[in-house]
Amino acid sequence: MEFEPVIGLEVHAQLLTESKIFSSASTKFGSKPNSQVTPVCLGMPGVLPVFNKKALEFAVKAGLATNCEISEESRFARKNYFYPDLPKGYQISQYDMPLCQFGKLDIKCEGYEKTIRITRIHLEEDAGKLIHEDSETESYVDLNRAGVPLIEIVSEPDISTSEEAVEYVKKLRNILKYIGVCDGNMEEGSLRCDANISVRPKGEKKLGTKAEIKNINSFRFIQKAIDYEIKRQITSIQNGEKVAQETRLFDSEKGVTFSMRSKEEAHDYRYFPDPDLLPVLVSKEYINNLKVSLPELPDQKLQRFTEKLLLSKNDAGILTSSKPLSDYFEKCLKYLDNPKVVSNWIINELLSVLDDEDKIGEFQVKPKDMAKLLELTENGKINGKIAKEIFPEMISSGKSADTIVEEKNLSQITDQSEIETTIKDIIEANPKEAQRYSEGEEKLLGFFVGQIMKETKGKANPKIVNEILKRLLGSN
Amino acid sequence: MKISKKDVINTAELARLEFSDEQVEKFTSQLGNILEYIEDLNELDTKKIKPTSYGLEISTPLREDEVNQTITVEEALQNAPQSEDGFFVVPKVIED
Repeated sequence: MEFEPVIGLEVHAQLLTESKIFSSASTKFGSKPNSQVTPVCLGMPGVLPVFNKKALEFAVKAGLATNCEISEESRFARKNYFYPDLPKGYQISQYDMPLCQFGKLDIKCEGYEKTIRITRIHLEEDAGKLIHEDSETESYVDLNRAGVPLIEIVSEPDISTSEEAVEYVKKLRNILKYIGVCDGNMEEGSLRCDANISVRPKGEKKLGTKAEIKNINSFRFIQKAIDYEIKRQITSIQNGEKVAQETRLFDSEKGVTFSMRSKEEAHDYRYFPDPDLLPVLVSKEYINNLKVSLPELPDQKLQRFTEKLLLSKNDAGILTSSKPLSDYFEKCLKYLDNPKVVSNWIINELLSVLDDEDKIGEFQVKPKDMAKLLELTENGKINGKIAKEIFPEMISSGKSADTIVEEKNLSQITDQSEIETTIKDIIEANPKEAQRYSEGEEKLLGFFVGQIMKETKGKANPKIVNEILKRLLGSN
Repeated sequence: MKISKKDVINTAELARLEFSDEQVEKFTSQLGNILEYIEDLNELDTKKIKPTSYGLEISTPLREDEVNQTITVEEALQNAPQSEDGFFVVPKVIED
């Protein structure tokens, strides 16, 4: 029997605010335990939460950028559970009236495109961090993260493969980074993903029983966890077993998912409207102002790059996959107005020396200097081979392309008579090859070009070499 | 609406409260009375009234996104029965 996986994702994204969602404590990552807490985060009696203006703005922006409808009235609800990661005994979240609903994202996979619908985006507070490993009998609680603003982005179960899941999260992450509401750092947990996975016989309408895999924190793990879970469920069904509705975790070392073995009783969160917070009312004008303030989004940029700059869809896709990268590209264009040349260089040469394209802003070679190197090749001062040799030196020494060309005397030889003399010498030194060429063995041209480049240390203008070489060999 | 003994026990468990049998009896009857009393409200016709969760028609107040660390780590921990190296220490809570 053939099976069909059905996958829905819940992505938690930490909003880039300075202070927490309901208190003035800092959200900075990696500080001393419990140094960033206020009586509100601690759930002290008598304190009241006050909603962070910026968190609202960021969440609305995220909704707009993912094609959601923004609710003019939404509200906070208490999700009640008893666990020391939130000392209040409940998490402030949104339940029946979320801020954003009915969004969608278009994703591109190998050979096809697909729309993934977004059910909702709601605001909530993060929980604190518990450390269990240091003691047999005790857990250690750090509440610095408790109250950090999150948005939870819930997709419809429109995803069918691990590849689609990864593309969806990549796209979502890219958008959130473009609009500056989340840094997308998965290692530090600013973006993490829960996957709801079930399988059903192909053609079956009814959904299978789902398992939820919690807190997956890298693209590779999303792919591996989903692939493993799909296989596991199919094997269970084929063996006549039932898939249990449960929460599972992904063990990245073993590459398997395992049950969290929660207690039998289902969670009973007893959601109800938080009486400490009034409804969140936003006007059409407020929403529109934020809509207008949104920067160009990845899809719009991709369209501009293909239509106005005439780049291929593939190249434009690579350049727009990271905002810092597309910013770098566009800055280069200010100095050298040749999108194709700049794009080719960035994709083929620059990206291969870069570990993280998001850090291109800190790259040693600034757009102005990068453009200068390409300009030197474009106007024939140096050839492409020399450019590739100069580039690593620009990175290591920080010198400009001009300076290196000058110091090493790498300027391209464009003097026709000088090149012609060299070519004549080489043809004379290789009479047999010249003979064979004239008898029709045309691939020997490459041999001659190689010899000439060796002789001129790669500095001869290849175009001129080809012209003269063909002329001289032909007349031989 | 009557409340069952099971509801009371379940609610107590969720709130991590422990009651004797007599207490459960007593609370079942008391909570039932309260719910019956509230039930009277159902006599009112509210079809034309918009459901609300708050009496006020204003939006929740907003604060500027500014950091103001009002207490120290020591103050944060001072009511904790147990603490160590800046952490709250609680009985091991991992579910297994």
